[in-house]
Amino acid sequence: MSRDKDRFLNILLISPSILAVFIFIYLFIGWSVRVSLSKWKGLTADYTWNGIKNYLELFADPRFHVDIRNTLIFTGVFVFGSILLGFILAVMLDQGLKGEGFFRSLFLFPMAISYIVTGVVWRWLMNPATGTRTSGLNLLFTNLGLDSLVNEWHTTPTWGIAAIALAAIWQMSGYTMALYLAGLRAIPQELKEAAQIDGASELQIYRHIMLPLLSPVTLSALIILGHMSLKVFDLIVAIAGKQLPLDVPAIYMWQITFDGLFYGKGAAIGILLLISVAVLIIPYIRYTLRMEREENEN
Amino acid sequence: MKTKLHLGKNWLYLPLVMMAIFYLLPMYVILVTGFKSFAEIDLKTMWDLPKGIAFDNYIEAWAKLSPSLRNSFVMVIPASLISSAIGSLNGYVLAKWKFRGSDTIFPFILFGMFIPYQSIMIPLVQFMKGIGVSGLPGLALAHIIYGIPITTLTFRNYYASLPQELLEAAKIDGADMLGIYRHILLPISLPSFVVVLIWQFTSAWNDFLFAVILTGNKEWPITVALNNMAGSQIIAWNVQMAGSLLAALPTLLVYIFLGRYFLRGLLAGSLKG
Repeated sequence: MSRDKDRFLNILLISPSILAVFIFIYLFIGWSVRVSLSKWKGLTADYTWNGIKNYLELFADPRFHVDIRNTLIFTGVFVFGSILLGFILAVMLDQGLKGEGFFRSLFLFPMAISYIVTGVVWRWLMNPATGTRTSGLNLLFTNLGLDSLVNEWHTTPTWGIAAIALAAIWQMSGYTMALYLAGLRAIPQELKEAAQIDGASELQIYRHIMLPLLSPVTLSALIILGHMSLKVFDLIVAIAGKQLPLDVPAIYMWQITFDGLFYGKGAAIGILLLISVAVLIIPYIRYTLRMEREENEN
Repeated sequence: MKTKLHLGKNWLYLPLVMMAIFYLLPMYVILVTGFKSFAEIDLKTMWDLPKGIAFDNYIEAWAKLSPSLRNSFVMVIPASLISSAIGSLNGYVLAKWKFRGSDTIFPFILFGMFIPYQSIMIPLVQFMKGIGVSGLPGLALAHIIYGIPITTLTFRNYYASLPQELLEAAKIDGADMLGIYRHILLPISLPSFVVVLIWQFTSAWNDFLFAVILTGNKEWPITVALNNMAGSQIIAWNVQMAGSLLAALPTLLVYIFLGRYFLRGLLAGSLKG
């Protein structure tokens, strides 16, 4: 009896959200694309057509080349480090030891705090000062007799961004641990027991049975962490401010738009970032929703 | 059986404790530095325990940061409440009252969760200026709207897991769509609300990017204020450490007391409801 009313009501209920998403995401993306194709420079909007010139200039810009190199190094170190550490922690916590819950909460707590707090603290931990002004981790290493570990952290030429990735690993490896732990718990215990009866060692079981079964988890982690590293911004700003050697696209976009008022080029960086994220995320969303449908059909 | 199986595994405590030290190291520095008196502060002794308990650092950090802490609360609480309510209704429609095209729209909503905000930043600033919304209300609005994808996803996954029979029975009894929501789904949605509220509270509290483009210095939330404090040459590092604790405390407390729900939100964020 109230079917027709309800059919109308459901659309009414959700349409404000659909409209908001349409405006604030898709319309704004279109708007950004338009800005990126304009000559807009300065405080007043200027939509004079500029073709793809902003993009061409970026591709030829040495600063943008530094950004791409830094993003690649950061992504490599951060994604690999978080996945490896997260996997090892998950396997260790999957052994049914006492205190598992305590360790799990402890490895995950950095997820609850902001990149800014992480950055402010790591900035002092990774203080590169030398001699009598040595402090932070370098001081700790010296006191422990681990002098070979003393280094210049984020001020290291070329590879400085890897030190930022270390702080990011500190923050995010608990997340991959949680993903792997959820994945491990979903694997039927019988599989493991069957392999044990066949005489497989613990290491063999993880290497040849668990790891392949966990590949959907690894895929999720790769994509989620990968897209995060493309967007990295807060952490670098909090550790090192906006320094050229540690520049990434998000910081360049910020500076060229709001400090340099070169809106056209800023929008172009934003769109390039969006494309690189979309390449990872769109297939991932489609894959996840397909999996979900298949599960429901079975 | 169980103890026998795990008898040889106690050595695992060694790497686990070492990793625990790695994760706690920054917290250790924050805590010991925070409780040192100004007289004790020296980068060379930053790893030493304080000689007594002093509150110099916290008093100064509080004096500098308390307005921003207030700003954060004023902005984050309504933002997380409103976006959770919206997400719950959306999730209900998308899971139980599908309409033509709703399965097509859903991935488009989801994509919004992942976009780099740099790609919508210039229009966002222009738009907010255009409609005359600025400062904390503008920031709250941004968190509400860009929170729609994740809140909708979490509730949709939860409602989709409930059996359809639950609704059918109520329909036979004559309940309409809103009646079913209010009397049947809402009462059992509390855990999902906790998950989503915690998630939104944490991400809005920890956000820096929206805050730095949408607020001026009187309205800075804590992340922006702390970052600027750390970037200035005048504020000593020990006060920064105390400030870091003040900035981290609200979300840390939520994590300590409601960690189970926090974890569920985390897994939902990777689309693995």
